[in-house]
Amino acid sequence: MNKDIVISLQHLSKSYDGKPVLDDISLDIRAGEFVTLLGPSGCGKTTTLRLIAGFLSPDGGRILLDGRDIADVPPHKRPFNTVFQRYALFPHLDVYDNIAFGLKLRRVPTDEIDKKVRKVLKMVSMTDYEDRDVESLSGGQQQRVAIARAIVNQPKVLLLDEPLAALDLKMRKDMQIELKEMHRQLGITFIYVTHDQEEALTLSDTIVVMNEGKILQVGTPTDIYNEPQNSFVADFIGESNILNGRMIEDRKVEFIGHTFECVDEGFGCDVPVDVVLRPEDIYIMNRTEGAQFSATVKSCTFKGVHYEMFVDTDNGYELMIQDYNAFAPGSTVGLLIRPGDIQVMRKERTCNSFEAEVVDSGHVRMLGMEFECPAASEFKPADKVTAEVDFDKVELVDHQEDGMLSGEVHFLLYKGNHYHLTVLTDGGDHIWVDTDDVWDKGDLVGVNFASENIRLKA
Amino acid sequence: MRVKRSTWAYPYLVFLILFVALPLLMIAVYAFRDAQTGAFTLGNFARFFSTPQDLNTFLYSIQVAIVTTLLCLVIAYPAAWILSKSDFNRSKITVMLFILPMWINMLIRTLATVALFDFLRLPLGEGALTFGMVYNFLPFMIYPIYNSLEKMDSSYIEAAQDLGATPSQVFLKVTLPLSMPGVWSGVLMVFMPTISTFAIAELLTLNKVKLFGTTIQENINNGFWNYGSALALIMLVIIGLTSLVGDEGNTRESEKGGLI
Amino acid sequence: MIKKLIARGYLVVLLVILYAPILIIAVFSFTEAKVLGNWTGFSTKLYESLFTGGLGNSMVRAIENTVSIGLLSAACSTVLGTVAAVGIHNMRRGKGRRAITFLNDIPMLNPDIITGISLFILFVAVGVTQGYATVLLAHISFCTPYVVLTVMPRLRSMNPNIYEAALDLGATPSQALWKVIIPQIRSSMLSGFILAFTLSIDDFAVTLFTKGNGGLETLSTYIYADARKGGLTPELRPLMTLIFLAVLALLTIINIRSARSKNNNR
Repeated sequence: MNKDIVISLQHLSKSYDGKPVLDDISLDIRAGEFVTLLGPSGCGKTTTLRLIAGFLSPDGGRILLDGRDIADVPPHKRPFNTVFQRYALFPHLDVYDNIAFGLKLRRVPTDEIDKKVRKVLKMVSMTDYEDRDVESLSGGQQQRVAIARAIVNQPKVLLLDEPLAALDLKMRKDMQIELKEMHRQLGITFIYVTHDQEEALTLSDTIVVMNEGKILQVGTPTDIYNEPQNSFVADFIGESNILNGRMIEDRKVEFIGHTFECVDEGFGCDVPVDVVLRPEDIYIMNRTEGAQFSATVKSCTFKGVHYEMFVDTDNGYELMIQDYNAFAPGSTVGLLIRPGDIQVMRKERTCNSFEAEVVDSGHVRMLGMEFECPAASEFKPADKVTAEVDFDKVELVDHQEDGMLSGEVHFLLYKGNHYHLTVLTDGGDHIWVDTDDVWDKGDLVGVNFASENIRLKA
Repeated sequence: MRVKRSTWAYPYLVFLILFVALPLLMIAVYAFRDAQTGAFTLGNFARFFSTPQDLNTFLYSIQVAIVTTLLCLVIAYPAAWILSKSDFNRSKITVMLFILPMWINMLIRTLATVALFDFLRLPLGEGALTFGMVYNFLPFMIYPIYNSLEKMDSSYIEAAQDLGATPSQVFLKVTLPLSMPGVWSGVLMVFMPTISTFAIAELLTLNKVKLFGTTIQENINNGFWNYGSALALIMLVIIGLTSLVGDEGNTRESEKGGLI
Repeated sequence: MIKKLIARGYLVVLLVILYAPILIIAVFSFTEAKVLGNWTGFSTKLYESLFTGGLGNSMVRAIENTVSIGLLSAACSTVLGTVAAVGIHNMRRGKGRRAITFLNDIPMLNPDIITGISLFILFVAVGVTQGYATVLLAHISFCTPYVVLTVMPRLRSMNPNIYEAALDLGATPSQALWKVIIPQIRSSMLSGFILAFTLSIDDFAVTLFTKGNGGLETLSTYIYADARKGGLTPELRPLMTLIFLAVLALLTIINIRSARSKNNNR
């Protein structure tokens, strides 16, 4: 066992009212590390933090502190302190008494409390605010008091639950710098929860990207940005072009109708992959000679430091490009991508596959419904099979009642020339769909499969 | 294992079961029991339907309750509307003055009515009863209607005006339908207590008129607990039905309100 | 302009009718005449005889009973209701919570006469001698729901992380309760107490059915008995005036408090 590891989460799971919010999460956190749990709302990051703090107890799995299981340790005996999202300062106490709360409970001598409170007040630049009523403070000041109230107890680990979410942009940027400095000075472990990817990239030593109760990737900010391991991470962190591709052989990948050199190996030959191109990694120039392919500029918007352009490539794919120079809409440009800037990812799936059961020679049962399926004639009734449907063979309709299944568009990804949607059905299943139609997140849709498009495998 | 904070509700739950649920259950038990033998019987109810005096009192009470409710509604709606309009009334104190009597003992208010009739040298009787009832319960009608009018989002009215409605159209097509939940709860708040009052009628009519509440009270006082319980149960059923109708009206109206 | 006058006039007429009876009683409590409406000069004799005269003794006892039952039932309701509110607030949404809020609503919706009779029947069935204790219990049963309803919104408006923050800083659950939760709901507990007290001293019907025949009287049953005997005896005029003023004072306190707490929340 690594002595460096202060907190170890082992196979944690938790559900509310039968709905899983955390699904078998394991994570080791080293002493002194600044770890950020990053993900969209509902991904389970706050639940993870509350499990560590002890406000919730896990349904399964263990939480180890210095190698000891702390399941039975109530929150008030855990050597952690929390900075809450909405500060949770005690409104009936002034700034001084809020900060001294924990010390007083531990019966620390008065003069020592006094010294400690003054020290942390100085640290959060709130000297002379001791006697102020906490409700008379601004959001940023309340946040400073909340941080002071936590760190005055010298916790082993500081837990921060979206502490900057309620502040305005300028304030947030200032506080980020201060938090980073505080982390350096205190030398304790910070576990930080946020949905703001920029904040995570700025602050963290390690980022843990979460979605739907699972950890998708753990790594340094550079790793996460440059080498996302799947399309969700690529899409969530920074801007990106995510495209379908095909690994022809080692170091050679084909996408948007062209073949490119890359640096990736070991995928095998002729394997479908996802390709991520960061918009700032595509070189754009006025002439087409010397370029790998050409494109027409569709739009060009000034973004402060750079220009953001959308171009249509010669084979009809749309790409986002960021460059310091502007290119006029309508003009033809040449594009170039360097091998090291192409991030190739194994596809998580290449088609929908569902557990199914053959009903009779023309029907299968899956997703809680009975479907017509000519392919079933090759199997015996009650056979357990896997049913497959290609992404582009799933049909979406506007009215839920017109579909055999109904659901909601849960996640969407633009892939250069089509959309890749995740539809969450009312029964809780995921169906992935490739479509040219424009849908929005949250749209209610009906889902149909044509019977001849359902393949069955034993 | 830590004690859950939710267990704190249990002592009160026990208290509620002992002193709220159980007593109501006892009424039901007594109502279906024979006074002498204690055996199950429908006799108490049969007696009610075969005693014209009690049945008449019951029907008369319902009539009084309906008349009182309608009179209160007619008087209260304009008052509530005026109170909610900032053109006419800016002060919350006026509203307070209308609500205040809700909190004064019914008995004292009734005796005050008696005093008023004495003062004006008017005879006590049915007129005094009607006046006393309306006087007693008017605030209970004004308050909920005022509340629903006051809380109404003024953008509905502005939208209606914007779409070309005249002031009277605005009132009939927007304000009135949207205030129906308040009207319904006002009707409930007046009808339910009027049907259950006792002691008021005897004081206002010098014992000439009796209401159903008094009948129940007399039976209980004279030791006819089983018959009294049966009468109380009948009253409970009437009240339960009224509140169901009221709920129904309320949800229907608010659904309609949502469509506008 | 005319519209405005009509509207204002309507309100004024209604208010005059609403308050005339009480005003008449108040005015004529300062004269000695036996018959109401006969002004025989200013006098405080009715007030004096109220406290010293023949009825004095039994009435003073009725006032004592009213106040002591009011204070005791308000205190018990406040403790019971606050503990219950904390419990209900921490209950998960579900059957249990719905059951308890449903039961909590019953005493508020039930007509007084039904509450009174149901408790009377219960006490008779169990064989309890009715008197001070049964009246007290009955008052607690219809006052507590109002305390619960007064304390619950304050709990709900409290930052849910506050309790956790206290635990996080090392407070045991009971320390968190006394040092953090109670200080914050203290003012709504006090409002609940005043409300319960007002309801208790105002009650007539429930007391009438649960007071037994041991001669226990509260002010309202005393007035009722007196009014039934001889119409409106002159001594009732000062008494009713005083009760009206007391209720007015209590209500003003409640309203000022709730207005103030609303301002604080902003």
